[in-house]
Amino acid sequence: MTEITHHLPDWLVRSYATGSLGHAFSLVVAAHVSQCDECRARLEAEELAGGLVLDDLKGMAPSDDLRRRVFDGLDDDDVIVAEQPARAGIYPGAVVEAMGADSPRWRALGGGIKQAILSEDKEGSARLLYIPPGMAVPDHTHGGLELTLVLQGSFSDETGRFGVGDVEVANDDLDHTPIAGMEDVCICLAATDAPLKFKGLLPRLLQPIFRI
Amino acid sequence: MLRDATINFDTTGTPPIAAGQAFAGKIMDDRKSAKPTPEAACEQTDWLVAVRDKRDKLAFARLYDHFSPRLKGMLVRSGMTQAAAEDVVQDVMLTIWRKAHLYDETRARASAWIYRIARNRQIDVIRRRPRPVPDELIAEAETRETREADAAIGLEQEAAQLREAIEALPEAQREIIERAYVGELTQAEIREATGLALGTIKSRIRLALEKLRHELRDLREE
Ligand SMILES: [Zn+2]
Repeated sequence: MTEITHHLPDWLVRSYATGSLGHAFSLVVAAHVSQCDECRARLEAEELAGGLVLDDLKGMAPSDDLRRRVFDGLDDDDVIVAEQPARAGIYPGAVVEAMGADSPRWRALGGGIKQAILSEDKEGSARLLYIPPGMAVPDHTHGGLELTLVLQGSFSDETGRFGVGDVEVANDDLDHTPIAGMEDVCICLAATDAPLKFKGLLPRLLQPIFRI
Repeated sequence: MLRDATINFDTTGTPPIAAGQAFAGKIMDDRKSAKPTPEAACEQTDWLVAVRDKRDKLAFARLYDHFSPRLKGMLVRSGMTQAAAEDVVQDVMLTIWRKAHLYDETRARASAWIYRIARNRQIDVIRRRPRPVPDELIAEAETRETREADAAIGLEQEAAQLREAIEALPEAQREIIERAYVGELTQAEIREATGLALGTIKSRIRLALEKLRHELRDLREE
């Protein structure tokens, strides 16, 4: 695997650790950390800090019923702990979970470019993009923050080259034209905290107002 | 003075290693003589290791008594009802029991591992869909034993230094830190706020991960 050179910003790692990140961005964090030990270590450091705060926290007495439920549950083999699916090819487990399958359900966008929407809620959206070699990555920011994680191939723009595992963090003031590398089809996981631009089903007036 | 103890988040993706090390270095100056001792290990971590290795129910009861009020308090503060919080605490405690074999004390203190499990479960519940989590990097028991036993103690010392650093912060700063990790701040607020410098802790965990990768590779080649 090539060296990852573009990592997650600190505030994203921390927002993920503390549970304040929406689903779409959480997906990018989980997918990047799955293949980046540097950011895995940063996330685990954040969790160590979270654990310290938890240790020093003024607690709230649990009910006696809770104690009974927990201790009764220890020998109950019917209790199932949910597992996230395993990685499938280039797709980390979190992406497999979001796809609901081992491969994306692509929809053509024209010019050989395809997309598969993974999630969409009031906090943002996540999708996979399929860009043939040498093609421009569609610019789909809509006034928000956009994270793009490369899962296969690469893309390059004015700010540099992004290979497998690299994540680009773009504000809408970044005017860039990413082009897929010639070596392979580029497959990216893209998440934004703004409504999708070219899905085009939702009338503008119905699009919710977002906090950045 | 705020600058000494905190760093600004940036969005360039550059880990603030230098800032973190400078910060931790300052604290470490006073305690250079401190050598790892078995006494430095954390009792919650010992309990969790006993649950993992011996399925020790007494140790589990101790974990329950220590963490269940704290978890409930944290979950209620981050917006859950008491009943919903107790449901999550129940799931967290049972997950600890069932997934203890995945716990690796060279990378995480008990409270850090439990903090993560609680967040995962809480978010599964409030969002009604599974929280995206990183693929597990699983430590096989045999590789765990070959890694240095004092790695956990080293982690414990880093934690003690971080705790002191948090305690030395001005009250308002300390409160922001607490609120962030309890889960009372939004993503935007966390982005605005300054963060703890975690550079040396990150480096230590990074080292543990490298060793784990190495051992796993060796195992696969055998
Ligand atoms: Zn990274």
